[in-house]
Amino acid sequence: MDQPGLPSVQGLYDPQYEHDACGVGFVAHIKGKKSHAIVEQGLTILKNLTHRGAVGWDPKLSDGAGCLIQIPDKFLREEMAKRGVKLPPPGQYGVGIVFLPRDPASRLACEYEIERAIKDENQVLLGWRDVPVDNSDLAEPAKNIEPVIRQVFIGRGRGVTVTDALERKLYIIRKSAGHAIQALKLAHGKEFYVPSMSARTLIYKGMLLAHQVGEYYLDLKDPRVESALCLVHQRFSTNTFPSWDLAHPFRLICHNGEINTVRGNVNWIRARQGAISSPILGKDLEKIWPLIYDGQSDSASFDNALELLVMGGYSVAHAMMMMIPEAWENHSLMDPARRAFYEYHAAMMEPWDGPASIAFTDGRQIGATLDRNGLRPSRYIVTSDDLVIMGSECGCLPVPEEKIVKKWRLQPGKMFLVDLEKGRIIDDKELKDTLASTRPYAEWIERIRVKLDEVESDKQQPARSSVMLLDRQQAFAYTQEDLKFLMMPMALNGEEPVGSMGNDSPLAVLSNKDKTLYHYFKQLFAQVTNPPIDPIREELVTSLVSFIGPKPNLLGIDEMNPPLRLEVSQPVLDFYEMEKVRHIERYTQGKFAASELDITYPLAWGRQAVEARLASLAAQAEDAVRSGTSIIIISDRKVDKDRVAIPALLALSAIHQHLVNKGLRTSTGLVVETASAREVHHFALLGGYGAEAVHPYLALETLLDLAARGQLGAGVDGKMAIKSFVKAIGKGLKKVMSKMGISTYMSYTGAQIFEAVGLSRALVDRYFTGTASNIGGIGVFEVAEEAIRIHRAAFDEANPVLKAALDAGGEYAWRVRGEEHMWTPDAIAKLQQSARSNTYATYKEFAQIINDQSSRHMTFRGLFEFRFDQCRPVPLEEVEPAAEIVKRFSTGAMSLGSISTEAHTTLAVAMNRIGGKSNTGEGGEDRRRYAPVKAGETLLSRLGAARVAHDVELREGDSLKSKIKQVASGRFGVTAEYLASAEQIQIKMAQGAKPGEGGQLPGRKVSEYIAEIRYATPGVELISPPPHHDIYSIEDLAQLIHDLKNANPQASISVKLVSEVGVGTVAAGVSKAKSDHVTISGHDGGTGASPWSSIKHAGTPWELGLAETQQTLVLNRLRGRIAVQVDGQMKTGRDVVIGAMLGADEFGFATAPLVTAGCIMMRKCHLNTCPVGVATQDPVLRKKFTGKPEYVINYLFFVAEEARELMARLGIRQLNDLIGRADLLDMRKGIGHWKAKGLDFSKIFHQPQMPAEVARYHREQQDHGLEKALDHRLVELARPALERGEKVTIEMPIRNINRTVGTLLSHEIAKRYGHDGLPDDTIHVRFAGSAGQSLGAFLAKGVTLDLIGDTNDYCGKGLSGGRISVQPSPKFKGEPTQNIITGNVVLYGAICGEAYFRGVAGERFAVRNSGAQAVVEGVGDHACEYMTGGTVAVLGMTGRNFAAGMSGGLAYVLDEDGSFPGRCNTAMVALEAVLSEAEQEARLARELWHMGLADEVLVKRLIESHALHTGSMRARQILEKWADFRTKFVKVFPHEYRRALGELAAKSRKIAA
Amino acid sequence: MGKVTGFLEFERLQEASEDKRERIKHYREFIARLNDKQAAIQGARCMDCGTPFCMSGCPVNNIIPDWNDLVYKQNWKAAIETLHSTNNFPEFTGRICPAPCEEACVLRINEDAVGIKSIEHAIIDKAWEEGWVQPRPAARKTGKKVAVVGSGPAGLACAQQLARAGHEVVVFEKNDRIGGLLRYGIPDFKMEKSHIDRRMEQMAAEGISFRTGVRVGNQRPGKGVPDWATGTLAPGKLLAEFGAVVLAGGAEQPRDLPVPGRELDGVHFAMEFLPLQNKRVAGDAGVPDLWATDKHVVVIGGGDTGSDCVGTANRHGAKSVTQFELLPMPPDVERNPVWPYWPTRLRTSSSHEEGARRDWSIATKAFVGGEGNMSGKVTALKAVRLEWKDGKMGEVPGSEFTLPADLVLLAMGFVSPVPSVLEAFSVEKDARGNAKAATDGQGCYATSVPKIFAAGDMRRGQSLVVWAIREGRQCARAVDEFLMGSSELPR
Repeated sequence: MDQPGLPSVQGLYDPQYEHDACGVGFVAHIKGKKSHAIVEQGLTILKNLTHRGAVGWDPKLSDGAGCLIQIPDKFLREEMAKRGVKLPPPGQYGVGIVFLPRDPASRLACEYEIERAIKDENQVLLGWRDVPVDNSDLAEPAKNIEPVIRQVFIGRGRGVTVTDALERKLYIIRKSAGHAIQALKLAHGKEFYVPSMSARTLIYKGMLLAHQVGEYYLDLKDPRVESALCLVHQRFSTNTFPSWDLAHPFRLICHNGEINTVRGNVNWIRARQGAISSPILGKDLEKIWPLIYDGQSDSASFDNALELLVMGGYSVAHAMMMMIPEAWENHSLMDPARRAFYEYHAAMMEPWDGPASIAFTDGRQIGATLDRNGLRPSRYIVTSDDLVIMGSECGCLPVPEEKIVKKWRLQPGKMFLVDLEKGRIIDDKELKDTLASTRPYAEWIERIRVKLDEVESDKQQPARSSVMLLDRQQAFAYTQEDLKFLMMPMALNGEEPVGSMGNDSPLAVLSNKDKTLYHYFKQLFAQVTNPPIDPIREELVTSLVSFIGPKPNLLGIDEMNPPLRLEVSQPVLDFYEMEKVRHIERYTQGKFAASELDITYPLAWGRQAVEARLASLAAQAEDAVRSGTSIIIISDRKVDKDRVAIPALLALSAIHQHLVNKGLRTSTGLVVETASAREVHHFALLGGYGAEAVHPYLALETLLDLAARGQLGAGVDGKMAIKSFVKAIGKGLKKVMSKMGISTYMSYTGAQIFEAVGLSRALVDRYFTGTASNIGGIGVFEVAEEAIRIHRAAFDEANPVLKAALDAGGEYAWRVRGEEHMWTPDAIAKLQQSARSNTYATYKEFAQIINDQSSRHMTFRGLFEFRFDQCRPVPLEEVEPAAEIVKRFSTGAMSLGSISTEAHTTLAVAMNRIGGKSNTGEGGEDRRRYAPVKAGETLLSRLGAARVAHDVELREGDSLKSKIKQVASGRFGVTAEYLASAEQIQIKMAQGAKPGEGGQLPGRKVSEYIAEIRYATPGVELISPPPHHDIYSIEDLAQLIHDLKNANPQASISVKLVSEVGVGTVAAGVSKAKSDHVTISGHDGGTGASPWSSIKHAGTPWELGLAETQQTLVLNRLRGRIAVQVDGQMKTGRDVVIGAMLGADEFGFATAPLVTAGCIMMRKCHLNTCPVGVATQDPVLRKKFTGKPEYVINYLFFVAEEARELMARLGIRQLNDLIGRADLLDMRKGIGHWKAKGLDFSKIFHQPQMPAEVARYHREQQDHGLEKALDHRLVELARPALERGEKVTIEMPIRNINRTVGTLLSHEIAKRYGHDGLPDDTIHVRFAGSAGQSLGAFLAKGVTLDLIGDTNDYCGKGLSGGRISVQPSPKFKGEPTQNIITGNVVLYGAICGEAYFRGVAGERFAVRNSGAQAVVEGVGDHACEYMTGGTVAVLGMTGRNFAAGMSGGLAYVLDEDGSFPGRCNTAMVALEAVLSEAEQEARLARELWHMGLADEVLVKRLIESHALHTGSMRARQILEKWADFRTKFVKVFPHEYRRALGELAAKSRKIAA
Repeated sequence: MGKVTGFLEFERLQEASEDKRERIKHYREFIARLNDKQAAIQGARCMDCGTPFCMSGCPVNNIIPDWNDLVYKQNWKAAIETLHSTNNFPEFTGRICPAPCEEACVLRINEDAVGIKSIEHAIIDKAWEEGWVQPRPAARKTGKKVAVVGSGPAGLACAQQLARAGHEVVVFEKNDRIGGLLRYGIPDFKMEKSHIDRRMEQMAAEGISFRTGVRVGNQRPGKGVPDWATGTLAPGKLLAEFGAVVLAGGAEQPRDLPVPGRELDGVHFAMEFLPLQNKRVAGDAGVPDLWATDKHVVVIGGGDTGSDCVGTANRHGAKSVTQFELLPMPPDVERNPVWPYWPTRLRTSSSHEEGARRDWSIATKAFVGGEGNMSGKVTALKAVRLEWKDGKMGEVPGSEFTLPADLVLLAMGFVSPVPSVLEAFSVEKDARGNAKAATDGQGCYATSVPKIFAAGDMRRGQSLVVWAIREGRQCARAVDEFLMGSSELPR
């Protein structure tokens, strides 16, 4: 459905990629007592969450807000009475609130359809009411599209006796009226929208700011408007074209977060249409389709689906459990009945997966649930006067502490329900236990579940093809590299292989080689608006379980005879499993029936046959399903010399889409038996386009062959190889899924999380419906042609190259006859020689190799042509000088760790000399580099001989400091001082080579130097999580930007994104989140280590992402306030000019400067064996480094010079004038290549038609609103301390709207005193109240924040030496160990300092702690995750997955009931007893003591401090009975840390000896 | 890659050679190939570069990292398959190629290059020993006939490729034995001729016919070009009989030194001298006497042919051997300063090691004849030192000197193909007198005359054996394409 406020699809902009996230809250009276106060309180919550929303280019232009209340019967009754309408008793009439077109005729038409629908459904139209509004405060754009808002009153007809039945009728009326109005196709019909139509609830919402809701809707001011609940929502959208209907709440929910799987979910809903029936809705069910219109937001789609379930008879809680199940698959502690409940329902609906906090209500019950990962905050309190207040933040509705009886939070996968009719809170356990026990789900499951691996079979060997293995391998384009780089490592190590540097090979559509169809798809990934997840450390939420075969009736609430389901634990089938599936009828006594579809066809039919074959296959599949086939096997086994296979992905998707459209897809399972699948990307694609399982028979045969020929080494037989391979694929699949934040294969199946690059629109629309493909490309016949070419070559006896061996490949390493690379030996050599000898002519030879793509097509930009014919050249001298242009250049984010000290500093010196910027990369920066270089200094004299293997000459005035300080998910070395030293702070959301993934630096690479600057222990592995744990959504990013701006108000804040479809929208959101700068990276950026499938198959070229970004930002009028940088295989002046034309202000270079400094594209960075000392830490190899800053400078000036020459020819004098001038580009004429012919770059070259005053380049400043910071006051009061080191004490109240407190103050300290800060407790601040997010972020040493009250998320993030203590108000009567006091992701990336919390913390406490010590009286899930140092003591209950990925530091957990081990992830840690000092002395070598102290001493000290700072009773209790309590403490000791301590000791012993 | 850190652990190992005092007593090869274990270790030094410069440095683009790894893993059979996939005659290149691959090796930037050539040598020799080198006749015959004129490395490579593509190939050679410069230009101590015979057998089994002693065209080439033709063949006949003709006759026209005394007896082109010894080693009777024994030998020209003259002269038992080079002495650098390209640097061959005085920047001004019974015979050589400045030479005043010389061998390179061959076919020549043909794109290797192709030195001018093999292979593909419309032959 088109939204009226949204621009239509144009250029690369497509409204379907809009994202939103938000603040959500509700207030409810448990006993159902209605009052106007509740409404007012709801609106107050809304106002206090204002900062979670956003505004567009017009500060009054909101993304939308609204509230949902119960029907205010008294008010409406009186109002309608005035109009002469007498309303029936409550519950016997419904109210619809309707947005109507302003055009009177259209409005009448809409009203008429509603009235008709009421009549058709035999209900009674009672009357209409104009909803009074005051639009005087609305922003102009909102006013321009303001609808006419009316309420319609509907009385119950005959036959409708209960409110539930009326509710269903209202649902049908709304749906059928909506469809009817859609069918009218009125120009203004799009403005029609029904926010709610219910006998119980009423929604007031719109394109309003939080505070405007109560002002705009005059009803809400009326004291007669009473409700026992008020659900509110404030929206933060990535775009600035919000429209009235996009605001929340929806009819049943409001949602904070994102549904990552929405495409698949919507497809699956559609797929069920034919197989769905409802005993309750009966024939009315037919009137609701289509349930979800294309292009609806994820939240709206979710609401539609939930509504269907509720109308179909499920309770809202039950329905929520079906849609957002807990992570039950790997939950060993879950109650079996509940597990059975989830398992039973799993086959009925795949999870709607993604970060989500969803508040829901049907008017009688109100509740909320959280996704399995717990990625959104939801805090609630219960008061003694029966109020429940829930919100994204605590303190959003101030309540006197003495009235609060409980403070808690929603936990991952948990639900919380207030039943207003029953008058009580039903907690998660009771709620779910009740639902789980209403039916004997466990029994049912036992009856209907068939686990494939438990199916008895006669272990039949599959029939082997008689065609030679080599010929078949070639028929599916196997290369030597497939074996060498992918399959063999997987078969040996059970893991996806890793490579390094970026992808410089052509896209499939440009390649002269014949590529498989798989190559044309790029994996999508989560960035900013939703987080990727960690499939390794948070494995407990992931699952590869797949059901093959018919799905049960979604609305079969009392199903008597549910269909059987075939379950596999993971979707890759080996030979025996496949045989079981093939003969499943035999093994299940006919309960399942499989049939096979042969997707090969006679080669002689040629490429033209493919279309008809696909149509026949679809028809055959449909017939098979109709005749009772429960599993369709899509097979290319019959391939031989004369029969060519249709690419399995194409056949699968065609069949899948066909069955979806016929509503038959859930009546059968699809299993793909294909020779083509051999790497993770292939399996991901097959899953993503609908395969429930895949049998890669040829890959498995290949492994058997390799093993038999001894290629896998001694001791590895075929069976082991297959096992490892399947394991590796499974792991890889989890990684691909988790990149997008998807946890289960079931919801990944058919989710189409891909973008096509180089496929024609027609092909995609027909066979991959809904997949983005923005630049056209080959059609279905060319796909067949390519398959046929591959096939012919395979069986061509005359081909001497392929007669005995596979094609060489050349994708992963350069080969003369292999795939092309931009970095050819010649290109590298020319670049190095030109930079070293400062010869422009040689540079031009290099540039020619890169730029001239007339014969070898490599990149899209290579296919662009400048429209010199339309330009009047200017003399070169008039063009902006090169010295100015190079200031727009920066080097890429390469950490010290990925490259050597010598290379890292060389880049920094070079960039500083020319006024560009270098980037620290992830991993901190040596403080020794900050001061300017003095005469006579060299790198060695500055950093010390121990840290430099090859000296680099320096000049007086040089700077070794990187201007760009990166903040990545690992937060290594991100201290207040580090941030204070920045000119730009870059938040790395994604990296071109591996978007959506984390990384790890193995312990052996963590040298003393690296450990020092990363604040880690030498030898301890350092893990960077896939997500930033303080960015799960766009408003979180806004918060982090705010934090960093506070940490350094002079620095600009940058956000680094990777090109993929929709990145423009994300960039718009980033701009709205107040980022000063955004980087769009191409998919081809470099890496020090990344799985090959990520390097090759994730993300898109920057030409696409950058153009989309420019177009979207300009359309949004957001371009002027943000600088746009582009990077990814930037090499020449031509690249720069094209980058500018597509919208870039700045340009990033990484590989090319490294090449000038010696890199020769070994692609061995991950092995630490770089033979030229660039990408290695080995001092022996680093000695070989020969780079010089001059080389880098020479090169960058060449680039600028080349750009100038082009600018002169284009008649452009200033680079600013070039930005966004895509009109000066054209597609190269006469591209003869058969595959590239179908490409159409018009979308890339599109320029949005906007008024001239709308900025096209960066020329404005963001308003960060820093002047409102509480810290200004703190800095003022702390001046004596800052200036003279005098002690000061400050007291002040604090509220949730006071965000990022103490950070600006810390900046002032770091600026003056560096990381050492001030003496302990020099500045002591006492706060009282609920602190906002990020209290004490990057708090410097010398500051103590002492809070009485509670805090929100991210408290103490990046703690840099300060102290935070939080204790509840003495008036609050709750037991601290049972009540929450601080939010999620507390102490994230803390460097050092102390934190004490007298109460329970949320999820992910002390995640990635580097060195802080903390005490807390209870924690949620994933505490101490990725911790690398520091000490944490937990004096209460912990959640699950404690210490996941913890490699350093220690945790002590008080485990009174002995249940802790079950909740701890012991993959990387050992659990040990806390011994008495004497015992420890006897049993554990002193060198393994944490901080050199006995555990007992450490724990006691911590608890004493805790008692001192928070007055904790719990602490006192423990200390008083220390002897008893000591034995109940569990010491969590990371293996890595123990090993590293041992090694360090051994090393120092060696030095001593 | 075999061993990730191999290059850090192992050192480059030169192939062992027989002591120079011993080896000059015979004409056999004196370099022992690496044993299996040594080769494995040398293979382990290869870093399997993501961008293997060796591969682009090598004119036939040998897939060096792959076979290095295979040798490391002792998978010799796969190694020879990989090696043969790009190089028809590794036994030639493994012995006499100057190994531009090693100059391009990434290790060469700051270490000793991987011993690529020695590994190649080991692979192919082992393959022959194990009987892995077998004829690979084409599965299908095309019925097309191709004539290859010239049996040097270019002609042979071209012939073998064409035969494997199913064509009927006849190789024509003016001399009495197949091999071209391999046979008569390169002394046996560098490469024993049995290697050529062995290959010929394989090629014959693949269906190639060899016709020796047949000169195309009726004009004899001039002095300094070995020609033992016993019959001639008219170009027209060739064109009539064959679907395509490949001219691969090499660049045999030697550069002369027209200074006073050039006519004197004892002043010879290298190619008047070297072939004779090869014939003697082959056991031919009636080989003319031209010996260096007990003579003061002066070799003019500092290249490989000159070096071969030095080695042969020493084996003859020359009294002294002196080698002059016009150009200045190149720097004796440890690393390759123009990596990955071919550097100009001082190269000392095994023949030089065996004893020779070398001098650079020398211009020969005249040959001086003797008197009396030495009249008409060269006895000395007058020369002058040169000074090179910005690529221009000038004589150093007062530096003239005279050197006793009983045998002067001119080894100053080859200027072009023998013009008569090209003229016989009326093939257009380029500015340097080579057959004019492109190497890339449509119609590459085709000369101006339809059906006639050219490859190797005949097209590119004097060059390395490995370049000749490359051209022969690429030309074969072009011919195949010409005959069949498309080709599966690798380029």
